[in-house]
Amino acid sequence: MAAQKLSIAKALNESLRKALETDPKVLIMGEDVGKLGGVFRITDGLQKDFGEDRVIDTPLAESGIVGTAIGLALRGYRPIVEIQFDGFVFPAYDQIVTQLAKMHARALGKIKMPVVIRIPYGGGIGAVEHHSESPEALFAHVAGLKVVSPSNASDAYWMMQQAVQSDDPIIFFEPKRRYWDKGDLDTESIPLPLHKAVVAREGSDLTLAAYGPMVKVCLEAAAAAQEEGKSLEVLDLRSMSPIDFDAVQTSVEKTGRLVVVHEAPVFYGSGAEIAARITERCFYHLEAPVLRVGGYHAPYPPARLEDEYLPGLDRVLDAVDRSLAY
Amino acid sequence: MTVESTAARKPRRSSKRTSAAKTPQSSEPQLVQLLTPEGERVEHPDFEIDLSPDELRGLYRDMVLTRRFDAEATALQRQGELGLWASLLGQEAAQIGSGRALRDDDYVFPTYREHGVAWCRGVDPTNLLGMFRGVNHGGWDPSTNNFHLYTIVIGSQTLHATGYAMGVAKDGADSAVVAYFGDGASSQGDVAEAFTFSAVYNAPVVFFCQNNQWAISEPTEKQMRVPLYQRAQGFGFPGVRVDGNDVLACLAVTRSALERARRGEGPTLVEAFTYRMGAHTTSDDPTKYRADEERAAWEAKDPILRLRTYLEKQDLADAAFFAALEEESETLGKRVREAVRAMPDPDRLAIFDHAYADGNPLVDEERAQFAAYQASFAEEGN
Repeated sequence: MAAQKLSIAKALNESLRKALETDPKVLIMGEDVGKLGGVFRITDGLQKDFGEDRVIDTPLAESGIVGTAIGLALRGYRPIVEIQFDGFVFPAYDQIVTQLAKMHARALGKIKMPVVIRIPYGGGIGAVEHHSESPEALFAHVAGLKVVSPSNASDAYWMMQQAVQSDDPIIFFEPKRRYWDKGDLDTESIPLPLHKAVVAREGSDLTLAAYGPMVKVCLEAAAAAQEEGKSLEVLDLRSMSPIDFDAVQTSVEKTGRLVVVHEAPVFYGSGAEIAARITERCFYHLEAPVLRVGGYHAPYPPARLEDEYLPGLDRVLDAVDRSLAY
Repeated sequence: MTVESTAARKPRRSSKRTSAAKTPQSSEPQLVQLLTPEGERVEHPDFEIDLSPDELRGLYRDMVLTRRFDAEATALQRQGELGLWASLLGQEAAQIGSGRALRDDDYVFPTYREHGVAWCRGVDPTNLLGMFRGVNHGGWDPSTNNFHLYTIVIGSQTLHATGYAMGVAKDGADSAVVAYFGDGASSQGDVAEAFTFSAVYNAPVVFFCQNNQWAISEPTEKQMRVPLYQRAQGFGFPGVRVDGNDVLACLAVTRSALERARRGEGPTLVEAFTYRMGAHTTSDDPTKYRADEERAAWEAKDPILRLRTYLEKQDLADAAFFAALEEESETLGKRVREAVRAMPDPDRLAIFDHAYADGNPLVDEERAQFAAYQASFAEEGN
């Protein structure tokens, strides 16, 4: 397998397959990950090929899934855990925050926690309550965790490989509404480091910073703005903890303007963190305040209203206009 | 199938067990006991033990030294040397009995009160004090003695133990894992999930619950309506209640549960029925919620006293043994006291150490800022 075109879902599947092949200590655990291949089929066929000992169907108990993964990691395994949907991670939140994140520090570095927690996240698929949330800020706020989200097939493949190899616990947010988007994957290329941001589109008038599902929206916004003679740079952050502030700074020093876009509520979100840091770092380069576009401080709405809640092309372009008007 | 019969290593029938099985919902089920509070050896049909005089004296020594260490730590807290202490007073038999049942390659997941188990694992007791003094959150390497770090969130470690045991089974090893927890933790969902996972995956784990009757101020009546050990049956593995103040019974029952785990027969729940004679921690005031008479009744069942009575009655230990042990206790107390007082505060920059295994530029940035800020005071001072 070298260069090919495939969906994010398939890229993740290939990546997990490679992880299982490469290291016998890698395990996959979660609800329905075995015969069914996961509700999104990300683990499709893996149990068939690697057996029930490596691809483990678990009881329906999220705290148990993460808690036992911690124990397996202590025994020398590298578990990849699937949480079925974003809103279902909270029964496991205690294990993730009070145990997984802190184990390395508590042991003064003498033990490592190479656990990956995969969470299909975000809206846009018309799902019922608790199936469309973006809780990344809650995890990014916790020292000891690292939080990433790919936006395309190549990153999905490579970032998963890197997450599995990491000795730190990684919360791996998969943009579920992009699962079926196809992109190029070269499995022999040399990937970017896991926590580096990448310029997804060059521009000179304003920087749009996004990650996961919103990268596509920002690229569409940049294409639309171009027709109006505006040159927007799109930064794919890829990692929400740590954040590659150097890359954001470089872009903002070039463009002088920054709009951060994410699905999660704006209030206390990753956009707030980026706005604050960039204001500190680039105050004299900024031509306008850093603006944020995201979800509202309201429960994720029923599916018929999610298009209103989620940032779309118009809301991104509206923020671009407001920034350029300064 | 009764709980008692499933817990048995040898499927033997006895009138004693049958009578216990008739009232499975009894709130006062028969305890497995091998040494009465009066120091008399008794037999149990399912659990037997045959220890040499040396081994018996060894158990006594373990309990005495553990109690001495615990008393010293309590005193050090009162003197302001420790920020907090969780005393094990009264639970020495449960911890030494279960701890001495372990093999070196077994792995222990403690709460924050398993000082006696740590002692059995060969963990230097002074290592346990760092977190209570506030110089670290544990700090020891769990793999040195196969003794995991203390876990403060109650019940969390039962899942870690289960996962670790799943790994042991995957490795094809015949080690076993013990998860310690208390009666209060039994109310936590994590403990129920650990029971489910361990049963489903047939994990070689022994759940050792020290039911010390009180979860801070909450009595067991606020935690459960059915005797704790009976809960195991609903998950599909045996549960057994043992006299937690009887070191011989705790040793025999834990040994049996560990052997069962090694044979690939899965988990066991051991409920050590005991009593916390002191406070939950040094921050607690048990006089506000429990009667003096209750403690007095349990003092009569003191685990150390009953073994001493037995040793003396059987002429297994002489005055010289007790005198030497007394001296050893004092030496231990002195060593612990000196070690705590000599324990330095960590370097300021240790705040940033070990947040991540693979590093993190944000942590590096904050460390540099913090270092520069600290250095600025030194410059001002010049």
